[in-house]
Amino acid sequence: MQGKARRKRMVEGVADGRLSAAELQENFADIHPPLDQHEALVASDRCYFCHDAPCVTACPTAIDIPLFIRQIATGSPMGAAETILDQNILGGMCARVCPTETLCEQACVREVAEGKPVQIGLLQRFATDAAMAKNKQFFQRMPATGKSVGVVGAGPAGLACAHRLAMHGHNVTVYEGRKKPGGLNEFGIAAYKTVDDFAREEVDYVTAIGGINIHYGQALGSKVTLEKLRDDHDAVFLGMGLSGINALGLKGKEPKGVEDAVDFIARLRQASNKGRLPIGRRVVVIGGGMTAVDCAVQAKLLGAEEVTIAYRRGQDQMNASRYEQDLAVGHGVIIREWLQPVKLKTKSGSVSGITLEYTALDRKKLVGTGETITLAADQVFRAIGQTLGDDNGSAVEGSLRLSGGRITTKPDGATSLAGVWAGGDCTSHGDDLTVTAVAQGRDAAEAINTALQG
Amino acid sequence: MADISNNFVGIKSPNPFWLASAPPTDKAYNVERAFKAGWGGVVWKTLGEEGPPIVNVNGPRYGAIYGADRRLLGLNNIELITDRDLYLNLREIKEVKKKWPDRAVVVSLMVPCEEQAWKTILPLVEETGADGIELNFGCPHGMSERGMGSAVGQVPEYIEMVTRWCKQTTRMPVIVKLTPNISDIRYPARAAKAGGADAVSLINTVSSIISVNLDNFSPEPSIDGKGSHGGFCGPAVKPIALNMVAEIARDSETASLPISGIGGITTWRDAAEFLALGAGNVQVCTAAMTYGFKIIEEMTSGLETWMDAQGHQSLDDIIGRAVPNVTDWQYLNLNYVTKAKIDQDACIKCGRCHIACEDTSHQAITLMVDGARHFEVIEEECVGCNLCVNVCPVENCITMEQLPAGSKDQRTGKKVVKKYANWTEHPNNPSVTAAE
Repeated sequence: MQGKARRKRMVEGVADGRLSAAELQENFADIHPPLDQHEALVASDRCYFCHDAPCVTACPTAIDIPLFIRQIATGSPMGAAETILDQNILGGMCARVCPTETLCEQACVREVAEGKPVQIGLLQRFATDAAMAKNKQFFQRMPATGKSVGVVGAGPAGLACAHRLAMHGHNVTVYEGRKKPGGLNEFGIAAYKTVDDFAREEVDYVTAIGGINIHYGQALGSKVTLEKLRDDHDAVFLGMGLSGINALGLKGKEPKGVEDAVDFIARLRQASNKGRLPIGRRVVVIGGGMTAVDCAVQAKLLGAEEVTIAYRRGQDQMNASRYEQDLAVGHGVIIREWLQPVKLKTKSGSVSGITLEYTALDRKKLVGTGETITLAADQVFRAIGQTLGDDNGSAVEGSLRLSGGRITTKPDGATSLAGVWAGGDCTSHGDDLTVTAVAQGRDAAEAINTALQG
Repeated sequence: MADISNNFVGIKSPNPFWLASAPPTDKAYNVERAFKAGWGGVVWKTLGEEGPPIVNVNGPRYGAIYGADRRLLGLNNIELITDRDLYLNLREIKEVKKKWPDRAVVVSLMVPCEEQAWKTILPLVEETGADGIELNFGCPHGMSERGMGSAVGQVPEYIEMVTRWCKQTTRMPVIVKLTPNISDIRYPARAAKAGGADAVSLINTVSSIISVNLDNFSPEPSIDGKGSHGGFCGPAVKPIALNMVAEIARDSETASLPISGIGGITTWRDAAEFLALGAGNVQVCTAAMTYGFKIIEEMTSGLETWMDAQGHQSLDDIIGRAVPNVTDWQYLNLNYVTKAKIDQDACIKCGRCHIACEDTSHQAITLMVDGARHFEVIEEECVGCNLCVNVCPVENCITMEQLPAGSKDQRTGKKVVKKYANWTEHPNNPSVTAAE
């Protein structure tokens, strides 16, 4: 490395421009480049067309995977796309961000047989990309019902719900807190998993069915109330996700350099020039989920010299899949387990290190052992779970039954309040997965449709 | 090390693998490359009579069907016999034979069905020093419209007549190449024998339309929007060829007639199967056209390795060994009872055995047992048909197990009898009743 480039990379503290534009472009390229035509044929040919296939059972949206793969194999990617989108209108994004290694591809019989599953995710992307490239629309609206449904949140759950409701002929108004649609698809996923402007393009593709109006800057709790929504619409669907972040729970005021991982991830996704994004030379991420991995890997890709994920339990308990953990390790991230934060070190108002205490299980209860370690850190990210947030939380508290700080729902998405359904991460059945949110949004739409017809 | 040298109707070659009469043997350049690669012999691409050479289409000559990963399973062609000058071919044949005395050089011929035409060309071929001739009565396309190729091969009387003309005219061994595009291969084989043929070779290509272009509705290969039937070859035709070879080998009238086996031979194993069913050697084309001549290394070493492992010293130890085991359906042992057995440790739970049996056969494989996905043979329903074995993607996961004599067949409720018994003596056979 030349002297100047080296000096830029090794700047102490939080600084931008650690890497050159070329390095950043390479680092943030599509992590799984799409299959070309021939690769798709070869990959599709590996599918055994299982009966009552385990991959379908493993898919939260129950896409008929053997069928769509056979459609690809027989030269009908459009038919494949329809099969996918019929079950999962956000099949394009799910093809990119689903942890297939713990869902369909884990269940694939070829994973069982040879440890090499059919590349279901990439094949799904092949088909959905083909359809979106041609803007091929597979679904039409039923005759207008005159019914109106208010949907809170233009994320995966809200969009899936809105699309299905629009299909059934209802008018849908979506209330989105941010200035852009997409939710976590737009703001909350590592940039290398969904390159270019795919999230936005997918929203346009989904809403092209018509009958869906999205109002931006309309966060529940600050701009709209549940009561008003119930008054204005025949039914309400809540799919606003989780906007609050758990605190580290440390005493005293947090110094500069301590941030929420989700904010960092969102900034990365929205940045037009990643070279302007400041990143620490030494970064510590507290947490063990996908957010922690997305945050840590991208910190490394921005040029941080040393990135550590500190998790309070063992690696086996991390919410991030083993594949995601390996991805992080492969990028040079250090994963340290059985460590919980106890104290931040500060130097001139900014964080300079973090002291962590070793933990252990004592009769199934996590306890500190008293032994500590201090890691140098000029940036510390919180990735320790999210909450409904102040505004959203207060908007539903008292009206809806909650469990564990999230909205209690029945399997069809019904909440404790008549006329109000919910789905995705804001519910007690949410599991931080786009595909689960899509399934819940879709299913709630069916339940709402049944109720509105009744 | 096993000896795989071959003596086919007096024509000697270092191994039993010849290249069949086809594009790979159209000129000295290709043939010499083949010999350098290790091929035992060639049948030179079919020569026609003197005169202006025939012409080929100037568009595509081949079409294909594919398996996984575009693996070529079958090739179809509309190429005709050599389109090079007769004397150029003869000159090259002579040079090549002189240069490669230990390799077999047989010349394929196709001239009009007139005695003089055959009597004119045979001395010219003889003069090259070639080891033998092969009469092309097989090509199903193009030449057949002009009364040659399979047009002759489909009429046993013509086969006999032309073979006799040739035998009367030349000292060279005469191999008659048969077309599979007939109803019973034994008739043309018998005719060849009656005409004095030294051997038959089979099969030539199967009449076929390989595919249809669904954009312009032209058969492939498409020549300006039109297609013509071609000759189908490659791995997909091997079962057809094996049966025809066996039919001739076990026919009492042609049992002693040497056979050069052709049809989809791609590996040493394919070749060994042809030899076992009575072929004295084999001819290969599509595999070479797909992968090049180097495959001969796998074929010879594979054959040798297998023969060594089995203790076979020479090709004579294996040629025809399976022929006595080819029989008619009516003589199969009806007291041989098998049931499918699924190795649960090997099973990957794809469910294909279940759905194949459930939808299309005997409802003899479970899907769920005690609430779990579990595939198990229901002996009461299993007829031992083997479909589950054939559709299972895992080798040796499902096997057919013979029920020992004395045990009870859960399907029929009857005890398995050790004694051999076939249809000819079965009580349900009306002919048996009639005979009483």
